[in-house]
Amino acid sequence: MARGPNHSVSRIVRRASAAILALAATLVLSACGGRTTPGPAPAPDEILVGHYGSMTGSEATFGRSSDEGFLLAVEERNAKGGVKGKKVRVKTYDTQGKTQEAGTAVTRLVTDDKVVALLGEVASSLSIAGGRVAQQYGVPMITPASTNPAVTQVGDMVFRVCFLDSFQGEAVAKFAARSLKAKKVAILYDQGQAYSKGLKDYFGAAFAALGGTVTTEQAYTGGDQDFSAQLTTIRETMPDAVFVPGYYTDAGNVAIQARRLGLTAPLLGGDGWDSAKLAEIGGAAIEGSYFSNHYSHEDPRPEVQAFLAAYRAKHHGTPDAMVALAYDAARLLFDAMDRAPSLSGKDLAAAIAATKDFAGVTGKITIDADRNANKSAVIVQMKGGVPTFVESIPPAE
Amino acid sequence: MEARPGPSAAVTALRGVLPFLVGAFASLLLHFVVAPASGPFATKLVMDAGINVILAVSLNLVNGFTGQFSIGHAGFMAVGGYTAGLVTYYGSMLLWGSPAAHGGFLGGGELLFLAACLAGAAVAALAGLLVGLPSLRLRGDYLAIVTLGFGEILRVLLQRTGDVLPTAAEVRRTPLPELATHVGGALGFTGIPFYTSPFWVGIFVTVMLVVAYRLKSGSHGRSFLAIREDEVAAEAMGIPTTRVKVTAFVLSALFAGLAGGLFAHLVGTTLNPRELGFQKSFDVVIMVVLGGMGSISGAAIAAVILTLLPELLRSFSEYRMILYAALLVVVMIVRPQGLLGLGEIWDVWRPRRKGTGR
Repeated sequence: MARGPNHSVSRIVRRASAAILALAATLVLSACGGRTTPGPAPAPDEILVGHYGSMTGSEATFGRSSDEGFLLAVEERNAKGGVKGKKVRVKTYDTQGKTQEAGTAVTRLVTDDKVVALLGEVASSLSIAGGRVAQQYGVPMITPASTNPAVTQVGDMVFRVCFLDSFQGEAVAKFAARSLKAKKVAILYDQGQAYSKGLKDYFGAAFAALGGTVTTEQAYTGGDQDFSAQLTTIRETMPDAVFVPGYYTDAGNVAIQARRLGLTAPLLGGDGWDSAKLAEIGGAAIEGSYFSNHYSHEDPRPEVQAFLAAYRAKHHGTPDAMVALAYDAARLLFDAMDRAPSLSGKDLAAAIAATKDFAGVTGKITIDADRNANKSAVIVQMKGGVPTFVESIPPAE
Repeated sequence: MEARPGPSAAVTALRGVLPFLVGAFASLLLHFVVAPASGPFATKLVMDAGINVILAVSLNLVNGFTGQFSIGHAGFMAVGGYTAGLVTYYGSMLLWGSPAAHGGFLGGGELLFLAACLAGAAVAALAGLLVGLPSLRLRGDYLAIVTLGFGEILRVLLQRTGDVLPTAAEVRRTPLPELATHVGGALGFTGIPFYTSPFWVGIFVTVMLVVAYRLKSGSHGRSFLAIREDEVAAEAMGIPTTRVKVTAFVLSALFAGLAGGLFAHLVGTTLNPRELGFQKSFDVVIMVVLGGMGSISGAAIAAVILTLLPELLRSFSEYRMILYAALLVVVMIVRPQGLLGLGEIWDVWRPRRKGTGR
């Protein structure tokens, strides 16, 4: 080893950095240990509810919207005296749209923050990841907007207040076949998203049963920026409409590129399109396209109009369906809390399961034996950057 | 040195197993004393950190010691995880009719889990051999390209698999080879029983650290380092470079597969193809680079810090990823060779002596 004058300097640097490293490690460890052992026990006069959602990442508006909806419901409820004489508080953790983060966030909410119930996620794969933890620790969870059938199959602690993809795919197919009189539809879906894949399958089956033909099924992977190859293939099949069951970021980009390629057929989508960002990204290209959704702000029902008034008192603009669903999920949870004899996981889950004809913003909610909500869907059209009501598709049977 | 009589056979044997005994004792202590006292969330973080330690230290064998650049570590982790998940999920279905965790500590279920992890490691090692053999004969950046391609191909293939079979009756009806295609596709492989416990993580971390340390201080490790410093010179000195590189790569894949098995059975994780892509591989590369290319303790400590840091910063919500990235940038400016460089944490205080018996 060379022992120059630099040697002692480098040794000092090395020792210093190792010391910093060791110090950092101890700090991190002790901070974690200290935080978790007793946990900040929830104050006796409040009820803590956990929310996990994607506050950052490519589906960030979902998390932000659902957070707005939950907080709106909580503030409203607290103004009326809370639940069982206690104030309700929501604790929100970010999942970055990753299942790993969702699992960690829910574990922390349940075992460290000791929440009595969970609200979240929007994306189905994240709700499954979080739902498995909720099930493991016996804490009831209500997902506002996860539409994949597998979500509530996780166990008896997991509920939802939205319709299923099987129904949504059928609703869009009915609209395409009956109202748009489409005979040929092409599909462009995200093969990396269970939501997109599921919706594609349900739509395809329902559309074929209604006598239509799916001309081609093209796939992309979430995060792709260039769809021109798939859209060129789609253009050649001359479809009457193109079904794009992805999230709003991709749908906006697909619309722009489709119009640039001269593909003028209307685009169809699912509730994953519902975000103010859709018009921002898609601009003029997304105008005239249709998607299925959970509610329309043009609905004259008193629940909807009261909700809109409450929302506009706090925020600007028009709430998207994620806000409405989250608002419903939180209010349904409070309703179940009122009816439950205690707030233990078992009692609360039983009370949620017994929910019947709950008057929500997004329609009447009855929780069925599979812990799903049987509800109607609305079809909306993008007009002037705002989704406007076209028609309502009632639930099956 | 020569004057001292060699240690007796018993002492040598004891030295051989002592680290494992210490590790096993520490794992039991962690499992039965520390974990119950510190609660489930802290326990989960410790297990997350342990799995990341295995990932970082095993990647360090290739990227740090041997100087090759692999960015497909998550791919091997996925191979191990899916293999282990298949064995425990469908194994439990066939044996006990339900995928729920079976038996208590070291009961039948845990033995199945151990077998599954070892199977996952073996399949991952095989995948490592298939990927490494053609690409490591060459010198340069080829390994990076091939491992990146491997990871992405695997991800797309996994996304195209069928749904997980939910009932034992369906599983019994399906022929065994076909079960391997029912791993959940884009939704992720859900329903795998939660077997990963502090005990198992502790045991596997011990094995990883002892193997890495003995490799580094033995002749294999010296060959690895020789290749890293100068491949031509190493070859001139008689080191079979391709063989040594492939050995390092296969070992690295093996432990990544093991980590994948632990990951698959951990509470609150889902095997999701989207999240086992190159982003995850880069997370591990960051741990190795931050800890020091070639430093076992450095990679391990970096893995622990990078697991816990985002959790500590959670209260800063949206800003935490900015803070996290900024911290990384600062460390790389101040310590471009990583926190510990090639050394180990215990070298820092102990003056290095030249080749004495100790």
